[in-house]
Amino acid sequence: MEQIRLTIDGKEVVTTSDRTILEAAREAGVRVPSLCYEERMDPYGACRICLVEVEGARGLLPACYTKVTDGMVVRTVTEDLLRIRRTILELILSDHPKDCMTCESAGDCELQDLAYEYGVKDTPYKGEEHHYDTLADNPLIERDYDKCILCGRCIRICREVQGVGVYDFVNRGFEAVPGIPYNKPMTESPCEFCGQCVSTCPTGAIVSIPSKGKGRSWQVEKVRTTCPYCGCGCQLDLHVREGRIIEVSSAVMTGPGEGNLCVKGRYGYEFVHHPDRLSQPLVRKGGELVPATWEEALGAVANRIRKAMDDKGPDSVAFLASARCTNEENYLLQKLARAVVGTNNVDHCARLCHASTVAGLAMSFGSGAMTNSIEDLEKADCILVTGSNTTEGHPIIGLRIKRAVMKNGCRLIVAEPRHIRLCYYAQQWIRQRPGTDVALFNAMMNVILSEGLADEDFIRERTEGFEEFRKTVEQYTPERAAEICGVDAEEIRRAARTYATAERAAIVFAMGITQHTTGVDNVLTLANLAMLTGNLGKEGAGVNPLRGQNNVQGACDMGALPNVFPGYQAVSDAGVREKFERAWGADYLSGNPGLTVTEIMDAAFKGDVDVLYIMGENPMISDPDISHLKEALEKVDFLVVQDIFLTETAAFADVVLPSASFAEKEGTFTNTDRRVQRVRKAVEPPGEAREDSWIIAQVASRLGSDMGEVSPAKVMEEIASLTPSYGGISYARLEREGELRWPCPDAEHPGTPILHVGKFTRGKGLFKPVEYRPPAEEPDDEYPLVLTTGRLLTHYHTGTMTRRVEALNQLVPSNRVWISPADAERYGVADGEEVGLQSRRGAIRLEAKVTRKVAEGVVFVPFHFGESPANALTNPALDPVAKIPELKVAAVRLVTGEAMQGLRYVTAGEAPVAAR
Amino acid sequence: MNNEACNCKQRFADVNDLRPLQQILDRYREEKGALIPLLQDAQEAYGYLDEKIMRALARGAGYQLSQVYGVATFYTQFRLEPIGEHLIRVCHGTACHVAGAELISEEISNILGIKDGQTTEDMRFTLESVMCVGACSLSPIMIVDEDTHGKLKPANVRKVLKRYMADGEGEEAEA
Repeated sequence: MEQIRLTIDGKEVVTTSDRTILEAAREAGVRVPSLCYEERMDPYGACRICLVEVEGARGLLPACYTKVTDGMVVRTVTEDLLRIRRTILELILSDHPKDCMTCESAGDCELQDLAYEYGVKDTPYKGEEHHYDTLADNPLIERDYDKCILCGRCIRICREVQGVGVYDFVNRGFEAVPGIPYNKPMTESPCEFCGQCVSTCPTGAIVSIPSKGKGRSWQVEKVRTTCPYCGCGCQLDLHVREGRIIEVSSAVMTGPGEGNLCVKGRYGYEFVHHPDRLSQPLVRKGGELVPATWEEALGAVANRIRKAMDDKGPDSVAFLASARCTNEENYLLQKLARAVVGTNNVDHCARLCHASTVAGLAMSFGSGAMTNSIEDLEKADCILVTGSNTTEGHPIIGLRIKRAVMKNGCRLIVAEPRHIRLCYYAQQWIRQRPGTDVALFNAMMNVILSEGLADEDFIRERTEGFEEFRKTVEQYTPERAAEICGVDAEEIRRAARTYATAERAAIVFAMGITQHTTGVDNVLTLANLAMLTGNLGKEGAGVNPLRGQNNVQGACDMGALPNVFPGYQAVSDAGVREKFERAWGADYLSGNPGLTVTEIMDAAFKGDVDVLYIMGENPMISDPDISHLKEALEKVDFLVVQDIFLTETAAFADVVLPSASFAEKEGTFTNTDRRVQRVRKAVEPPGEAREDSWIIAQVASRLGSDMGEVSPAKVMEEIASLTPSYGGISYARLEREGELRWPCPDAEHPGTPILHVGKFTRGKGLFKPVEYRPPAEEPDDEYPLVLTTGRLLTHYHTGTMTRRVEALNQLVPSNRVWISPADAERYGVADGEEVGLQSRRGAIRLEAKVTRKVAEGVVFVPFHFGESPANALTNPALDPVAKIPELKVAAVRLVTGEAMQGLRYVTAGEAPVAAR
Repeated sequence: MNNEACNCKQRFADVNDLRPLQQILDRYREEKGALIPLLQDAQEAYGYLDEKIMRALARGAGYQLSQVYGVATFYTQFRLEPIGEHLIRVCHGTACHVAGAELISEEISNILGIKDGQTTEDMRFTLESVMCVGACSLSPIMIVDEDTHGKLKPANVRKVLKRYMADGEGEEAEA
């Protein structure tokens, strides 16, 4: 890029040739007015308010659209320009209501600001004015075309950034509006309810319904924090008025989302103030959970832990940490388990999502995290997405993939049993049978090898184990894999060529790869594929597991795993133990790896767990085979649940400890691309609810161990001192720099956006040969359909939060099983009909959704819904290495009509009631 | 209304039959940015752009429905509603305007009870104002289906229309 020198309003400005006058001016602190311009979109040049004078140019030039050139002399304020700007504003105001007094956007309106600045009070152009009806045809987004200035920002953000295209200009001339085809309600359009149009509308023409009338920009305090939903780590501004969150926004060009949010991030905040929030400790008395004091509840917890330790030893106590809680809280909980109680029985739901990734990538590369960064995806020439419904599970990463395709011509391959939204953007969609991934990717590598497309330099210099791996892959011809996967051999060849010939190719995957009895094998296969083509340690490439929860990466980093201390330092390593013993002042730390989540539940079932302490997890909905799980929880002598709601799991507890939500505490989350970001307190917790860190320290002190000051900043200091990859992370730096990506070993280190550059964490990348194994349970005559499970865009995980948000619950109020039209016909099921779905483990009752998005023989059920829990059906069979259950493949049968009467339906609880 | 008596209905394909649209899509398969010709050809095939056709066209040509709808509502040449058996186009170019095109349109409106852009309830006639049709020497002009009627006077309009009121029944209805 060329360096450019120009003059703006007499000021010497140095910039680069890719900049427009407007960008160069803003960088130099010169504010050029704009209305149709916004940084997230391409310049449009519609409103003409940014016209500037350029010496030697014919006429005035739009600053938003004109690229800078060397020696350019620009004037942004002249008599002519001021007159023109005033006229433009007068023309806009000739058909714009002057109702700023009641307008939702007053104080946050770009038109109001410009009218104020240019002193335009009214218009001399009196003519016809529009009087449209306000459109509120959905629970979230309201449109008032009277206030529309036709800047096209809503249209463009929906098309360019969101890739959806709900709106376009409809009609022409005076009748033109940014409309929806056929004036359909938004709920009948492809709208994803991300509210991006709301976020970019410069006036009050598009506003959010839930925050209407609750407060305007000068009445709120904005608190910057990190989104509590998926692992994207978007930066939120919570708008707080009188102790309540009334709206959420994201500052443009800030954080991994660059100011873009999804429906959950923008609208999923109401749960914070829900009346169901736990506001005091509960203790079970006479079979009932009744309110108690903190003293009583904490005393009971400590006594029972002490008793279990004395009776059966520390390993009769087990802890579940939380991917929803902060790094500091997870660190403290594992410290409580290890240093105070003396057990390594601490794990969390990463076991159910990415345990196979952590194990697999650690074997291949030496480090089990996303190798590249979120923004890096835009630099890829090819992206292979497999087992990730990215636009719903990680919507903001979905935007990056869509943009890579739409703007940069990246070739997208989707390998996925279901038709997902990304398929619309994909050059190729491979619909493999669930659970046949190893065969598919082995065959792709077979093609790459036989056609000479492998990166031989990379293999020679940076990897080991290649020869043995080659022998295995040679067995997987495309024809053989085609048979196993149920796809065309030519499709496999085509995908292999596209991936291997790209200069930079990235792999993106999530639970569709990991939640199998072959989870580790699947991950190893993808790692092999990336190594074979040299797609590691460089921009726009890599193996990118998308972590499902806001802080699942952090909870793993903090050692909320049974075999490692913080920073993946093995408990079996005596040197490491000694370091932690010294730091924690503990006499003895156990070197025996503890039990995993799934093993803890099995041990509980056998009566071997005396005390189970669960912080912020809801296994009754998230874990497989909940009938078995329910029995296990009932058999636990003493169950402690620390949560923000009385979850389906908490209903079994002996003591319930009310904790603070993300909006009520300080801390840090580590997102999916290893980015550590701050969580900040915006409001007070309800009633007597307390931060998890306080609760953990109280339990520790009642067990005779003083954790000292547990303020998050202080805890982070301790984390940094013991965790090499977090060594340079501190609150002072996060405050200053906003985000830091581990490994960040010291205070000078800038953080690491891309792993394995030049050298793998383990030295050389290891090719592990992997053979295809079928899923643990395959369809048969009795259970002829394959069940696969997953997420919806609108809801999150066990629904504890999102199902308590009124608008989200209105959009998707209940569960449905997706059935292909062919199967619907075979079983005589109509769309919307109630059906029963039964596996060897249980049955649920729910509505049928007939859709081409699933293949014949496959049904899909989202797992968010306690009243019809997908996990009543799923198979608890485990991956032998990572102990992750096979949540993605189970054999089921569809039950209709009278036969439905004969089934016993499993529920995890009632559907929560959303309320404001 | 007696449908069988009229051949005009067969001029257009049934909107439930997507085969003609498929042929049109195939024709423009290799061309980028051919949305307007696509819409024109589709309208020619089906008489108007039904929602079903618009959706199938968007899907088939790789557009978002909103883009297709935006273009179709921008240009007056595109019709989203079915037209009557006979399409009356009244020229409002400069020459026709000077020669009294307004009065011609008014007279048609009086006779048929429809305004510009509307279709009679019996789906017989659709009235459209168009810009110069390039036959200024004959102004004022109206074109009914493929027939040009020039040097019109308001008093002649009824006589011309009568020819299109099939079997004369329309005439009685209007009289």
